[in-house]
Amino acid sequence: MTIFTFYLFDRNGTCLYYAEWNRKKQLTMSKDEEFKLMYGMLFSIKSFASRLSPTDMKEGFLNFTTSKYKLHFFETPSGLKLILNTDLSVGNMKDVLQQIFSSIYVEYVVKNPLCQLDQPITSELFKYKLDEYVKSLSAFQTSKTAS
Amino acid sequence: MSRQANRAGDPRKVNGELFTLTYGALVAQLIKDYENDEQVNKQLDKMGYNMGVRLIEDFLARANMGRCNDFRETADVIAKVAFKMYLGLTPVVSNWSAAGDEFSLLLESNPLTEFVELPSGHNNLNYSNLMCGVLRGALEMVQMDVDVRFVQDTLKGDNITEIRLKFNKRLEDAVPVGED
Repeated sequence: MTIFTFYLFDRNGTCLYYAEWNRKKQLTMSKDEEFKLMYGMLFSIKSFASRLSPTDMKEGFLNFTTSKYKLHFFETPSGLKLILNTDLSVGNMKDVLQQIFSSIYVEYVVKNPLCQLDQPITSELFKYKLDEYVKSLSAFQTSKTAS
Repeated sequence: MSRQANRAGDPRKVNGELFTLTYGALVAQLIKDYENDEQVNKQLDKMGYNMGVRLIEDFLARANMGRCNDFRETADVIAKVAFKMYLGLTPVVSNWSAAGDEFSLLLESNPLTEFVELPSGHNNLNYSNLMCGVLRGALEMVQMDVDVRFVQDTLKGDNITEIRLKFNKRLEDAVPVGED
């Protein structure tokens, strides 16, 4: 199991933070373009999912899977979007994303008056805490399970 | 995580009197700086708004709550969860308008005004106007455009403090910019 990338978008579609671990293949497009594509895709898939739903739903889209990776999505009522890309064997990451929001984003960004909430996050502390947390997850352990 | 570690001594709690007096000092300073009650109200609202915008994230993280289904549920959550969490009191929700888009929060006591007497000549001052700003800012972040204002205030001789909230519209998610 492993974790590839993490994205954090604010309600306006600005990519506040991006981090990668074990991402081997680099894309040919720029990061900005990738963020824009990612946000656009999430926006569409969210409205598509809620339109198709037979009943009103509170939290619609949670994750999707391709043959190579799994994308986990979590949105707070305030419109903050957290995305985690992992490999296929990883289970539900909703609690993990919730945890990143409540004990890392809120603690180290929202409560830091120097951090503008609509600007990309530059706080080293946030960066460090996030990295530490993700690496401590059981889903992150690569070497042991890699065959 | 460190969150739990902090909770033992809970550094987030401060002495209630210190809080009240600090707020009083803030308002007094604003009155010195602006000398016009309307301006002071506006500043308090603006400060509150900036607090609310951040406070909502803390609230969501702590209450761990999903989206409300309607404005009535929102009113309940504000009164029973949010006020309890941040001010330690539970206002009464009442005076719903017929359309269900307007209600009042009735506060029997207000920790902000505990030692306060308004001197004469400040009839237009809404001493606790910061609260209006906080509510407005927080609700705006969860896609609700709401007007918040004081209707009655015990400081002005009313029996009860009443904050009126009026729902204007739902704010929509930002649509991503068109692909180029």
